[in-house]
Amino acid sequence: MTMVSEQHAVLPKASIPPADALTEPSGRGVERAFLAICVLAIALPLLLLVVMFGGALIEALPRLSWSFLTSYPSRRAIEAGILPALVGSACLMLLTAAMAIPVGLGAAIYLEEYAKPGRITSLIELNISNLAGVPSVIYGLLGLEVFVRVLDLGRSLIAGAATLSLLLLPMVIMSSREALRTVPRSLREASYALGADKWQTLRRVVLPMCMPGVLTGVILSLARAIGETAPLVTIGALTYVAFLPDSVSSPFTALPIQIFNWVSRPQPEFHVNAAAGIIVLLGAMLLMNGLAIWLRTRLRRGLEGNRT
Amino acid sequence: MDTTRAQDLEAPRALSERAVSVVLKACGWLSVLTTVGIVAVLLVEALGFFAEVPVWRFLTDTQWTPLFADKHFGIWPLLSGTLLTTVIAMTVALPLGLLAAIYLAEYARPRVARVLKPVLEVLAGVPTVVYGYFALTLVTPALQQVIPGLAGFNGLSAGIVMGVMILPIVASLSEDALTAVPASLREGAYALGGTKLGTVFRVVLPSASSGIIAATILGVSRAVGETMIVAIAAGQQPRLTADPRVPVETMTAYIVQISLGDTPTGTLEHRTIFAIGLSLFLSTLVLNALSHRLRARILKGGAT
Repeated sequence: MTMVSEQHAVLPKASIPPADALTEPSGRGVERAFLAICVLAIALPLLLLVVMFGGALIEALPRLSWSFLTSYPSRRAIEAGILPALVGSACLMLLTAAMAIPVGLGAAIYLEEYAKPGRITSLIELNISNLAGVPSVIYGLLGLEVFVRVLDLGRSLIAGAATLSLLLLPMVIMSSREALRTVPRSLREASYALGADKWQTLRRVVLPMCMPGVLTGVILSLARAIGETAPLVTIGALTYVAFLPDSVSSPFTALPIQIFNWVSRPQPEFHVNAAAGIIVLLGAMLLMNGLAIWLRTRLRRGLEGNRT
Repeated sequence: MDTTRAQDLEAPRALSERAVSVVLKACGWLSVLTTVGIVAVLLVEALGFFAEVPVWRFLTDTQWTPLFADKHFGIWPLLSGTLLTTVIAMTVALPLGLLAAIYLAEYARPRVARVLKPVLEVLAGVPTVVYGYFALTLVTPALQQVIPGLAGFNGLSAGIVMGVMILPIVASLSEDALTAVPASLREGAYALGGTKLGTVFRVVLPSASSGIIAATILGVSRAVGETMIVAIAAGQQPRLTADPRVPVETMTAYIVQISLGDTPTGTLEHRTIFAIGLSLFLSTLVLNALSHRLRARILKGGAT
């Protein structure tokens, strides 16, 4: 082993670059091999992802058409379409957002602005992070009992949306808190100095400024919710729906449920439909993620414009 | 909060101000209400189940046939299905995730890491029903070429695909643990003449072991709670087995199976989903709590 130089230089904390220079994997076979294995470890799942999606796209192409998007499911695979699922998912997302945003934002405001640090607040925060880790099918059981049975909402859009908004609540709260934290304290204090009370400050200064951040978080949460199958299946969303939901209390289906239904059938033609449904679902998710990213960049530009 | 002076001005005086703070407090407490609701629902229905099926029978019977004429209510077949798929998933996710984390934390240039991390996160964002589709239509046929006797529904394909899904969680949390290792430890190793590889394996990894264990536990928790991949690809035959080539059923897939069927609510057979749900909830609660404790301990004092 090479001896370190005689000077006992005290290494400052931020000196990793020079130390790395001593240990560059310069041709040492073992190190090179290890690096190759690491790169393989990352490349393999990504490659699998590409193969999977490429395969799905190729399989789905013959079925992807305007008539697929506008038809109803059918026992004949070729005629089956995804319209009720598309409409159902869209309605679900709107209803879920309508329920999750007020409650999630309200809870975030409470935790960030009103709650005094202490045991009860820590309990609530611990509780929220626990809820984030509960399997989604358990939320389905909760929704089944509370919304479908006890509140007698039936297997309806509103019950599904309520269940999904509970599922999303931890995420919406956490991202809204992040958004609230980006508002500088000086702005709040300036508002108080001008004589405003807390709610006025929130309403006129803080919320307008962090709204894009809140919405970004909500859209990202919805992008996850649109793919959730287990809670909806558990509360009884139907898997073969040949009509469009006509009110919030009507039965419904959703994109992932339709995909699940088609995949579960033995005939390979339905698997093609499932692939097409997957492309539609992923397209919707891409759209939502793109919207969230666009909002985030617009927010950044807006904030930089404010800093003079 | 150090705005103590401002807080005197903040004290709610107007009635509307008080009403607002009450409403917001209620929102904050809704999350607690959700947890209470989950526990209450599961307990009430599960207790109804256990009134008819004693707990010891639930925990010791080795058959699960609630819908057959000869009814058995032992949790072990479903539990073994969950365990089998989880073990297979972790066999994929842990090595690959850890290697990815080591690369991202120790070797990758910052620009490369900045690109790779979100790309890996994509793996976690794919809807699980999509993964289930791939497991059934792509992975199983491919594996059937290599493994004779692999059934159309099996635990292996589902487990492998679940592992790919969990990989980002393990990788991301392990990478956090690795980057949290103080530079002084690494530099001490280099100063003693160590190579980068040797330092990684002899100094950094042991130092980050608590964080990596926490990441693993969280991955296990996620695998245990996963529903759609196993519901689509693993089968619906509760079977007490360690053979990954045959159809099995997990706890989560069973809940889906009953929900899709026409078992009338209020019956013993229907209550089984709540008994299974309670077991599932308790398992993931314990796992999540363990992982949380480990990570909190690291943040506090860098314990290994």
